[in-house]
Amino acid sequence: MKSRHVLASTALTAALVVTAGCSSSSTPSSSANASGSAAAPTSFQEQHKGGTLHLVAKAAAGTIDPMINYTLQYWQLYQAMYDGLLAFKKVDGVKSFTVVPDLAEEMPQVSDGGKTYTFTLRKGIKFSNGADVTPDDVVASFTRIFKVNSPTAGSFYNGIVGADACIKTPATCDLSKAVVGDAKAGTVTIHLVAPDPEFPYKLAVPHATIVPKNSPMTDAGTTPLPTTGPYMVKSYDPNRALIMVRNPHFKEWSHDAQPQGYPDEIDETFGLTVEAEVTAVENGQADWVFDPPPADRLNEIGSKYAKQAHVNALTAMWYLAMNVNIAPFDNIKARQAVNWALDRAGAVSLYGGKNLAQPVCTFLPPDFPGHVDDCQYTKGGGTTWKEPDVAKAKQLVKESGTAGQAVAVVTTDDEVNKAIGENVQSMLNEIGYKATLKPISGNIQFTYIQNTNNKVQISLTSWYQDYPAASDFLNVLLGCGSFHPGSDSSINISGFCDKTIDAQMQKALATEQTSMDEANMMWGEVDKAVMTASPTAPIFTPKLIDFLSARVGNYQFSKQFYMLVSQLWVQ
Amino acid sequence: MSAALEVAGATTGPGTQAVDPAAHGSAGPWRTALGQLVRNKAAMASLILLVLIVLACLCAPLYASKIAHVDPFASNVSGTTIIDGKTQPLLEPSSTGLGLGVTPIGPTWDPTHYFLGVDNQGRDVFARLLYGGRNSLLIGISSAVICCAIATVLGVLAGYFGGAVDGVLSRLFDVVWAFPVYLLAICLSVVLITSGLDLGPVHIGPGSLWLPIGIIALIYVPYVARPLRGQVMALRQKEFLQASIGIGASDWRVMRREVLPNILPTVIVLLPLMTALNMLTESALSFLSIGVQPPNASWGTIINDGLGLLYTRPAVTIAPGLAIVLTAGALNVLGDGVRDALDPKAKLRGAA
Repeated sequence: MKSRHVLASTALTAALVVTAGCSSSSTPSSSANASGSAAAPTSFQEQHKGGTLHLVAKAAAGTIDPMINYTLQYWQLYQAMYDGLLAFKKVDGVKSFTVVPDLAEEMPQVSDGGKTYTFTLRKGIKFSNGADVTPDDVVASFTRIFKVNSPTAGSFYNGIVGADACIKTPATCDLSKAVVGDAKAGTVTIHLVAPDPEFPYKLAVPHATIVPKNSPMTDAGTTPLPTTGPYMVKSYDPNRALIMVRNPHFKEWSHDAQPQGYPDEIDETFGLTVEAEVTAVENGQADWVFDPPPADRLNEIGSKYAKQAHVNALTAMWYLAMNVNIAPFDNIKARQAVNWALDRAGAVSLYGGKNLAQPVCTFLPPDFPGHVDDCQYTKGGGTTWKEPDVAKAKQLVKESGTAGQAVAVVTTDDEVNKAIGENVQSMLNEIGYKATLKPISGNIQFTYIQNTNNKVQISLTSWYQDYPAASDFLNVLLGCGSFHPGSDSSINISGFCDKTIDAQMQKALATEQTSMDEANMMWGEVDKAVMTASPTAPIFTPKLIDFLSARVGNYQFSKQFYMLVSQLWVQ
Repeated sequence: MSAALEVAGATTGPGTQAVDPAAHGSAGPWRTALGQLVRNKAAMASLILLVLIVLACLCAPLYASKIAHVDPFASNVSGTTIIDGKTQPLLEPSSTGLGLGVTPIGPTWDPTHYFLGVDNQGRDVFARLLYGGRNSLLIGISSAVICCAIATVLGVLAGYFGGAVDGVLSRLFDVVWAFPVYLLAICLSVVLITSGLDLGPVHIGPGSLWLPIGIIALIYVPYVARPLRGQVMALRQKEFLQASIGIGASDWRVMRREVLPNILPTVIVLLPLMTALNMLTESALSFLSIGVQPPNASWGTIINDGLGLLYTRPAVTIAPGLAIVLTAGALNVLGDGVRDALDPKAKLRGAA
């Protein structure tokens, strides 16, 4: 997952079902604020029902179609509107990584050596337009994923029998033999080309939402599709607001999968600056700010409004990707020099201080499966990062013979990224390069730095986990299979392909099927090998602030989709 | 631009008198104009202020290395300093509540020690302000000179030759004029600052100051050339110019000896006004991150740097803003003074 705002397509990792089951002991607790979510209710609290929740965001996030939209901004809202056959548990903390049955009565029966999944639909569930949810709707929805060119059609659902043809010619997509509905039995059977232990996860994200069979087979744009969850979209104007109201046909069927919501109405209005959004929440004119608060308001939020702020650790990482295929970073000493010279504490300061980020020098974030405390690039040695060693970096640059070369640092043009980029530029100049900063729009930077044709030497980027598995970082970001020269979709930004390390990764992936502990130990070794090769320079692992108005209660933070909007109390 | 157009609307000035035989033996039009300018208190005050600003900016390296002992171009995010005998981080982490955010140290008002505090990279704001002024003034003045030079050549050619030459040049001016000036500047900057510019064997790098200078100079050419063209067209009909042509002077000689001296006062009046305008444009482009590139500074980039510190350290934004106001104001007042001196009959700006 790329960044808080844009979810990039990723390959998922093996054995994630097992990982999710085990994840409750491996990830840090979520809320730093005492007013947080420790006492989240396990059943609906009738006395808190009602009111209108006012959310504010700088801008809308595009189409409202759940099968197409790929932004956290709307994925967070979809949790209270749409359902798939399966869902991530809508609870606070690490349990939110667990997949539970949603529109399906129970977890699927897996047969045919892991290639066939059979689901039995719950009875009595209706769409917000009053129509029953039937197996035909499920079959049509899976076809729709391909017909509307869902962004993850080729990466998440390409394992379905017949998916290849659907991806090639979406208009004639026919999954009648792959997704089979039985109206009498109320079942849906999905056939896969090969076993896919990750498949349940893929069914639990919004792109696998079940919508009515008569939904348009094109992008719904600003016209909302009927929902099954507690809310439906009353109106959507990307220039003004998204208004969600209660779905009159909703009856809670599983508190874990789709709990009843508390507010009667949830509005997200667009157009204010982030500064104005923060002021609105402080004044009680709005209840939550979607966008990250500006740097100059953090102190105020953290002190005067501390009770309204919730800080949550994320399993994510900001890092510098160095292109190992072009000068100067085709030289390992040049790459290692960057790791030695990088002032990680300085970058943490620019991000908002040590309570909002933690310096790292391993590729796997702290407390992440497979992570082993280790730091190959800190002055004085040790297992955690202390300070940069600029003298050593200068020496390595000199030895590499790359001193004096021109280096362009590519960042996004927002305040924080640009500030960190400027810091990196200064560091590169100090160790002997002629560095320039190239800030470009956040809308294109992520694909720009992936494409080898753009000859990006070093870039600042970030990665937010899809699932708590080491492979989601190491294999996805640095595996040979993720490097596609000349493509905008080459998530291995460094272009790193070390056959020995790649073989280690494949072995660890295979081991996940039998022993997760053993696999995680192997991932730890892979992490060390990667850091020695230095295709990247990890900087810090960030935290997220949710800033709420004083009247809001029952804050819960799902590690998967972040704050549970529908569970907030406004009265 | 209204001021520039009004000034340029005057078709005669000291230049006309310069070729008037009756003027020989008197104090001379240029000396008279200088005398008037010196007697203009507002213009002189502006000139003194400008000189002080320019001198201060020229002394930037001296200030940074000998007085403040700082490197205004290197990030110093993890740096510390001593204030009131205590060692303090340049970016002070919040210690209250949840401890969110860091705040750069504010103005110490000690000229030898972070006089205006530091920015979000831990760099001395006052030292950067002085360096930024060098770039802002350099870009403002250079682009104004280049703009006026190009506009003078094109305006004279179009006005003197008329016909097809005028038609082609005027249409070129129209094309440039058709774009809103900032939109055109932003478009050119976004393209050129990303990849630099290759002009045959000459490569101008993406961070080069010549890019904003060239862009700003080009976009304002029609705004200066148009009125000059009109002035030359009017001069073309004057008897002294017709006489010169009549006695067989070449076009080149007529343009150089008769036309140019007559439009020079207008160009001189336009120069400080264009400098002020170009400085403002540079600041706007740099504020949008498409002018001067980091770690270089200009007053516009410093305002941009201070934007994220508006609530906690407003001095980072206010100081360069004030510098722009003072410099642009002084240039405009001086420009008005020069116009009054060179062309007393010209209407003051804003006059009906």
